[in-house]
Amino acid sequence: MLHGFLPSLLQGSAVTLAVALSSLAIAAVLGLLGALAKLSRSRLARGVAGTYTTLIRGVPDLVLMLLVFYGGQLAVNSVAPMLGYEDYIDIDPFVAGVLTIGFIFGAYLTEAFRGAFMAVPPGQREAGLAFGMSPRQVLWRITLPQMLRHALPGISNNWLVLVKSTAIVSVIGLSDLMTRGKQAAGTTREPFTFFLAVGLIYLVFTSVSELFFAWAQRRLAIGTRAGKL
Amino acid sequence: MNFDAVAENLPLYLTGLVMSLQLLLLSLAGGLVLAVPLAVVRTVLLGWPSRLVWVYTYVFRGTPMLVQLFLIYYGAAQFDAVRDSWAWPWLSSATFCAWLTFTLNTAAYTTEIIAGSIRALPAGEIEAAKALGMSRSLMLRRIVLPAALRRALPAYGNEAIFMLHGTSLASTVTLLDVTGAAQQVYAKYYLPFEAFLTAGAFYLVLTLALVGLFRWAEHRWLKPMMSR
Repeated sequence: MLHGFLPSLLQGSAVTLAVALSSLAIAAVLGLLGALAKLSRSRLARGVAGTYTTLIRGVPDLVLMLLVFYGGQLAVNSVAPMLGYEDYIDIDPFVAGVLTIGFIFGAYLTEAFRGAFMAVPPGQREAGLAFGMSPRQVLWRITLPQMLRHALPGISNNWLVLVKSTAIVSVIGLSDLMTRGKQAAGTTREPFTFFLAVGLIYLVFTSVSELFFAWAQRRLAIGTRAGKL
Repeated sequence: MNFDAVAENLPLYLTGLVMSLQLLLLSLAGGLVLAVPLAVVRTVLLGWPSRLVWVYTYVFRGTPMLVQLFLIYYGAAQFDAVRDSWAWPWLSSATFCAWLTFTLNTAAYTTEIIAGSIRALPAGEIEAAKALGMSRSLMLRRIVLPAALRRALPAYGNEAIFMLHGTSLASTVTLLDVTGAAQQVYAKYYLPFEAFLTAGAFYLVLTLALVGLFRWAEHRWLKPMMSR
């Protein structure tokens, strides 16, 4: 039915998954730093984090990706000769894609984590400090683990948007699921069949993710009470 | 940085801006027209009509809009029946396909937003309407929809901003929107920073304008309802 293009689509799916997971890792680190900066007492840190989230959430991911890919290309190649490199350097679309998507979703996760940190009762932190823990220990042992449960719905939503956003890395030439679909559609002249197949694979990704997050939510909620309406 | 080329091509960006705004407003309008009745079906008519609407929103929310755009724009050409039909002049136009995709996509998200706020209506409001002897359709028109649409405003504001960013995908099917203009300027002068930063600035201003607009709308329609 797919004229032997199924293995190619599956390879593309693996690339898509790799892009999504690597971006999530970057986004989680940036999101955590951003949330801590937004909640910190330093006005500078709050300002930097605020500018970051406002700018990123105000510009389409496609524009940012083109900026990072083409702009990065130019920047790297104008800086490299000063450092003694003579050859032309090509930016890897995987790196450009992962950095851009990670950077974008770091801004969204900043907001999710900030809300989650605020949802942890202040008494928890104070109790940790009263036990003589250092602020760092309180963060790692008390606030962070408890924050995770509140952050889960936000992480889940952002992950679903992120997986779908990875489709735009095809625009900068990465051989992901979308690119494989385009190639197959062009070769066989059956665009409907192949874009439908690509869409279904994305739907499997999002459906499996939703099942996973529903399970994780139940697991993290063990030992908590919920009021019945 | 050399913004002379950008300044020279400002008319190109403005043409792109008109295209982006047209796509945004027409798809938001189309999406809203579809979403209100679908949300009512989703919440009021239970059984298979509701499930059918769920399948539609699930599929459109679970796949990338880029795939949907390519499926409609490139995919429709696969079938001779479509090529020979009255719909072909429409479906072979990139503008129409982009509008159709964006409309169907935003309608799916908006349906779930409105359905969510219908479900979250305080039971007392519906009971009061029933106690006044309102029929179901009168209750929907005068009580449920006005209250639910107001409460949906904050979430809908986010959706409108997502759609604004989504319109940048139009540039992938040859349309000259703000992103398309930036790509042309980049290709002509090899000035990636200037070209795409300018596009980004356009979108940022539009985003801030939308944020302001929705803040005003919430102040006008949502706040009076909450202050009790």
